[in-house]
Amino acid sequence: METTLEAAPFVEAEVNRTLTAAEKIHFLSQMLRIRRFEQAALRQYQTSGQIGGFLHLYSGQEAVAVGTLSLRGENDHVVAGYRTHGQALAMGMTMNECMAELFGRATGCSKGKGGSMHFFAPDKNYWGGHGIVAGQTPLGLGLAFALKYKGIKGCCLCYLGDGAVNQGVYQASLNLASLWSLPVVYIIENNQYSMGTSEERSSAFRGCLAARAEAYDMAWDRCSGENIYEVRAKTWPALQRAREESRPTVLEIATYRYYGHSVADANAKKYRRPEEIEKYRTLHDPIQLWQKQLYAEGILTEAQAAELDAAAAAEVAESVRFARESPLPAPADIFSDVYVEVDRQTPAGRTGKFFFND
Amino acid sequence: MPVITYRKALNDALAEELARDENVFIIGEEVAQYNGAYKVTEGLWQRFGDKRVLDTPITEAAFVGLSIGASMLGLRPVVELMFWSFAFVAYDQIVNNAGCIRYMSGGQIHLPLVIRGPANGGTNVGATHSHTPESILANNPGVKVACPATAYDAKGLMKTAIRDDDPVFVMENTLLYGETWEVPEEEYLIPLGVADVKREGADLSLIAHGRATVTSLKAAEILAHEHNIRAEVVDLRSIRPLDEETILRSVRKTHRAVLVDENKPFGAVSAQIAAIIQEKAFDDLDAPVLRVCTLDAPAIYSPPLEKIQLPTPERIVEKVLSIA
Repeated sequence: METTLEAAPFVEAEVNRTLTAAEKIHFLSQMLRIRRFEQAALRQYQTSGQIGGFLHLYSGQEAVAVGTLSLRGENDHVVAGYRTHGQALAMGMTMNECMAELFGRATGCSKGKGGSMHFFAPDKNYWGGHGIVAGQTPLGLGLAFALKYKGIKGCCLCYLGDGAVNQGVYQASLNLASLWSLPVVYIIENNQYSMGTSEERSSAFRGCLAARAEAYDMAWDRCSGENIYEVRAKTWPALQRAREESRPTVLEIATYRYYGHSVADANAKKYRRPEEIEKYRTLHDPIQLWQKQLYAEGILTEAQAAELDAAAAAEVAESVRFARESPLPAPADIFSDVYVEVDRQTPAGRTGKFFFND
Repeated sequence: MPVITYRKALNDALAEELARDENVFIIGEEVAQYNGAYKVTEGLWQRFGDKRVLDTPITEAAFVGLSIGASMLGLRPVVELMFWSFAFVAYDQIVNNAGCIRYMSGGQIHLPLVIRGPANGGTNVGATHSHTPESILANNPGVKVACPATAYDAKGLMKTAIRDDDPVFVMENTLLYGETWEVPEEEYLIPLGVADVKREGADLSLIAHGRATVTSLKAAEILAHEHNIRAEVVDLRSIRPLDEETILRSVRKTHRAVLVDENKPFGAVSAQIAAIIQEKAFDDLDAPVLRVCTLDAPAIYSPPLEKIQLPTPERIVEKVLSIA
């Protein structure tokens, strides 16, 4: 079956023409790391008994996080929804801290207090990881607002799923984004299903979900998320519009998730036909397509690709070991990280009763 | 000492903090060009301009969420809710984002944010506009809640709230905006977590917050003059953090407590105070802890009836006489 990438018009985009071979190979490596991380997380969830709660896997969507975030600058900030392991790793978070968080360990990125949906790395401009659908959309607005307020040329990339677009707070955020000319890019990762409900059964729209931005006099665009060149070519103008003109954009990126809404999705194999999933895995897998692209460009061999994959597998195996061997938070840790003034033991944090236990 | 309104005290606090710290900004509906629906922000837009005082559309979830996001990058938003009743439109942002982000990030983030506005019944605006959400918001570890009863407290608590690095929710009262108290000209701060004994007494403790403090002081007058009962009035001022020591000290002195609270009784602030007293001062009590709360129904519109739905001096006196 033919799986060559139809990337020609996007290869020529300025942001792609200037890419080095090393950068292109790095993208592949990042996608492989995300894929391997998610596979290991699933396996550990099912077999170790040490990962609780929900686990929303990013497999199939890798080119979206890797492609869009490859364009971020030092003053750009990122906030996302609950299917966020892809962004977290693409932002430079380590597998160790992410896997340990899934295991509820003190060495996790959130000290075991957040879990799968709540990864954070503010030191890397990554502001989560948010569990309530669309709850992050006004936070992205606020990050953009703060940049503008401080006179910093940057932007906020705010990710959401196609299931988030019907939340009122997202529509309200679009209104303020345009009304106040805030440098925010809303990236709709449209994997076609809001949990078990298809796009057709969820959303009323003309053309595509991003086109709703028209109503707010706001720029929008759409692209395929299986092709890093296309993702980058379409993302760059949106980022520049934000940084240079302080104008928002909605960018809808078509993608697909291989697993259910979460691991706890009892109907994961009922609302989608197996052939549909198989079709995406075979014809539209972003990693396979990118590998073939790099083979065609003569900058990657199959042996090198296998090496990268093996390195990713080794890294994730190490992260599982790290997580397993890491200590749990102590019971007393339940009460830290609630109030910053208490944690710092400032006068404000030492005055009055903050916790009401028996 | 100058005598100013509760509204002016808040306005002065906001102006002083805007002038002190350029990261402080005011955001909300009608706060700028309209001068504030209740005139708390009057003159601030003229003085500080568009950047520092921002009118929003009617879109509470968006501007509260925006403010939380802005505070993540170090800005210090002071968000006005025209009524705290409108907090429910932004409840996800307030409870999940303002309340939980620090914790879920393992302490990597803090949110120096103030949300303020009136939270009271008694103005005949119907149930939807008359909520007193201090109890349900103080139920969320991660946020702080203050309810000033006087102009002096309003100014001192507001300035502290703005300088605090955690989310602080200040609940004001439209029925107090026009009331006057002495407020010094020199700068002062009132820490959160410190109650104020507004009237000393030996026979019984009236423990209240917000406008219920004012009602309790009126009741204490009646009790003194007509019943020779010396009631102590403890004003909590801050709900979370809570000054448990002052509550217990008063109860250990008077051995009787009536809790006065404009919350509805179920899960009210006073319910928490009652639990603390029975747990920690049971042996000091000479009578059961009783409460005077808002009568347990949605706020009624009918003006004469709404007056008696809220705690009144008469209901407090009656409750006190049942145990004293």
